[in-house]
Amino acid sequence: MKLSTFKKGLHPEDYKYLSQDQAIETLPPPDDVYIPVQQHIGTPCEPLVKKGDRVKTGQIIADSSAYVSAPVHATISGTVKDISKYYHPLGMRETMIHIQRDGEEEWEYLEPIDDWKWTPKEKLLKTIRDAGIVGLGGATFPTHVKLAPPDDRAIDSFILNGVECEPYLTADDRLMVEEADKILLGMSIMMHILDVQKGYIGIENNKPGAIARMQKRVVELGYPFKMVPLKVKYPQGAEKMLIYSVLRRKVPCGKLPMDVGVVVNNVATAYAVAEAVTEAKPLIQRVITVTGDGVKQPKNLMARIGTPFKELFNVCGNVKDNVNRIFMGGPMMGMTQYHLESPVVKGSSGIVAVTGDLVEELTTFPCIRCGACVLACPMNLLPLRLSKFGQENMAGELEDYGVSNCIECGCCAFACPANIPLVQWIRVGKLRLREHQAKTAKEKA
Amino acid sequence: MTEKKNDIKETQDPAKTEASAEKQAKKEVPAEKQEKKGASAEKPKAKPKPKKNPRAKLFKSERMTIVAPAPHAKGKQSVPRIMYTVIIALLPAVAASIFFFGTRAMVTLMVAVFSAMVAEFACNKIMKTGVTIDDGSAILTGLLLAMTLPPTFPVAATALGAVIAIVFGKQVFGGLGANIFNPALIGRAFLQASFPVKITTWTLPAFASSSAYFDIATSKAVDTVSGATPLGLWKFEGIGTHLKPLLFGNIGGCIGETSALALLAGGIVLLILKYADWRIPLSYIGTVFLFSGALWLIDPSRYPDPLFMILSGGLILGAFFMATDMVTSPVTPLGTWIYGIGMGVMLVVIRLWGGLPEGVMYSILFMNGLVPLLNRWTRPKYFGEIQEESKKK
Repeated sequence: MKLSTFKKGLHPEDYKYLSQDQAIETLPPPDDVYIPVQQHIGTPCEPLVKKGDRVKTGQIIADSSAYVSAPVHATISGTVKDISKYYHPLGMRETMIHIQRDGEEEWEYLEPIDDWKWTPKEKLLKTIRDAGIVGLGGATFPTHVKLAPPDDRAIDSFILNGVECEPYLTADDRLMVEEADKILLGMSIMMHILDVQKGYIGIENNKPGAIARMQKRVVELGYPFKMVPLKVKYPQGAEKMLIYSVLRRKVPCGKLPMDVGVVVNNVATAYAVAEAVTEAKPLIQRVITVTGDGVKQPKNLMARIGTPFKELFNVCGNVKDNVNRIFMGGPMMGMTQYHLESPVVKGSSGIVAVTGDLVEELTTFPCIRCGACVLACPMNLLPLRLSKFGQENMAGELEDYGVSNCIECGCCAFACPANIPLVQWIRVGKLRLREHQAKTAKEKA
Repeated sequence: MTEKKNDIKETQDPAKTEASAEKQAKKEVPAEKQEKKGASAEKPKAKPKPKKNPRAKLFKSERMTIVAPAPHAKGKQSVPRIMYTVIIALLPAVAASIFFFGTRAMVTLMVAVFSAMVAEFACNKIMKTGVTIDDGSAILTGLLLAMTLPPTFPVAATALGAVIAIVFGKQVFGGLGANIFNPALIGRAFLQASFPVKITTWTLPAFASSSAYFDIATSKAVDTVSGATPLGLWKFEGIGTHLKPLLFGNIGGCIGETSALALLAGGIVLLILKYADWRIPLSYIGTVFLFSGALWLIDPSRYPDPLFMILSGGLILGAFFMATDMVTSPVTPLGTWIYGIGMGVMLVVIRLWGGLPEGVMYSILFMNGLVPLLNRWTRPKYFGEIQEESKKK
């Protein structure tokens, strides 16, 4: 059978074998958690607790009245030690709530829902919002917003994203193997909210265990979902690529999946939705893969949000002495960590420690216009031109060559034989274009 | 890449922490200084203001890691790897030329390569750019230049050509990747203008037999053959050449253009490895075949047959090794097709109606000049762009 996929892209060595067969291990609640008040795309939350307050597990500790936002919950029971700036895994210092555990685990659950099939959709959406669920694939866009498209968009298909195309990561893979039922339940809840009939499950072919398990449960539980095994290629997990792979629909430039009638959600999100709706549990933990050749025992851990990364490494036998890079997420788009006090956030799908072999220091050569980046770019851009324009601050050209379409997947920089940091320069280009646009808008006004 | 090196491991034992706090703090490199390039941070000897650094408490440094933007994985390709692979792909043709033309050809090849490297080194020193001869591009330029010269070309002129190729073909534009025209062909164009007689004085290979050539009018083998190229013979004297010697290289001509078979072997390796864009040889040679084939069908007595057009002269060398030069060819698929077709048309026009017997060099150089425009005009449609337009309609 010819497997479905998208055009271009590439296939980096995936190293999934390191942790693919490690069952998810639940980490006991840590002594200290550092919970950032913003872990989603949208309006930041404001802390609702003060220093010294006693909080219960699952209690909302930060929230915002804005629509595109998701509340943050306490993930352990204890005392608020401090609210101040700590190191955030995305690089900056952000406001975080430091909670210290005091022994007893006390829960504060969401408002329970008896039977979701007969519950009004508004109430289901509110539950999902109150549970603080965001896109757990890494984008962290609030799920309740995604599940409530404007009325003029007719949604006809729902795609469950089990692609996990980033090398190393196996969190979604393991979740599908171990929690297939809950994922499928979450998927049907979301489809019920959206009133969509057609459901697709996209999984890359390098996860035979997950495909077999999901397939089996779909058949046994009688769900009308269609399994779509996909050819292994990066960045298939990107929404636009996945929609093309599964449905052969192209999301127009600058538009959203809902414009072509599709909503895509990650398997971890589906799992969180099922937990929130059927068990009234807010999002306080997630599966995170701790892996890389710099970790002694790679593992998949169910960790509380806010757990410092060093705790995760401790469970995994700590990092090796010759580790030279640690990043959160996969190697293609992940952020390097400079501080292991940084906590697990909602968008952390993995933390990877690698030794020198993978990322040695590389000399940069001039661009020889070989076109390797052009062949790799899934968005069909010309990364070599864009990076040059970014360097030269040529706003007009940046716009002409569509810099804003770049999804920053890193394929170009991976493929570049001259080792040019293309993505970095394209990001600079995006910034400069925005600056230029702001300036021209100001001049016009 | 901006890199910072920081600790990643927290000391667990508080007593130990106290004791080693100062020692560890000394390892701390203040954040501002870390912003500089990586190498210096490798040896964190530190001129720290350790105790004043507010981060010292958080960074009980034991080990340093790299902080850099994604991606943290890298493909296996590199610029030197590409250059040396192209050089290796040229070796069958080099071997064939040494076989046919003897040590004299080897001398020309070595002089060209050596002069190119020296010129590159000198430019590096003068322009203070750091030595770049090890990336292989100068060697390749020298080699390609020598392949386009007659075997007996004077040594001094060969050296001069190589220097011109590197200096005026590449370095004046700013070195590798910045040049518009193929450097080897710039060198060759200079030599053609400066030594028009020497560059068209051909020797026949050691084993060339007269049976390789035939009179077009009578189709009989010609007894006396001057040391000219098949194209020259055809153009000026109306003498044709059998295809078999053209294929194997037993004919008069430049060092590198004689054995089509050896060139094809290397060229196909490049195509398989994707170091040369398959569209370029296909569109270039394809256009020559179709265009000259159409003319041949119209009037076979006046125009040569298309296979002769393809196998004679420097077309195979040019199409597989020179037109495909990454720096001077388009990056967009559509631009590449236009580039190849343009070269093919120009080649046939020069060969059949121009004053010169050969036009590979000028066809490539001319289209090289159009590459920046082609790249600009043929920007590929973004993923999702077509739909947007059709929706508007």
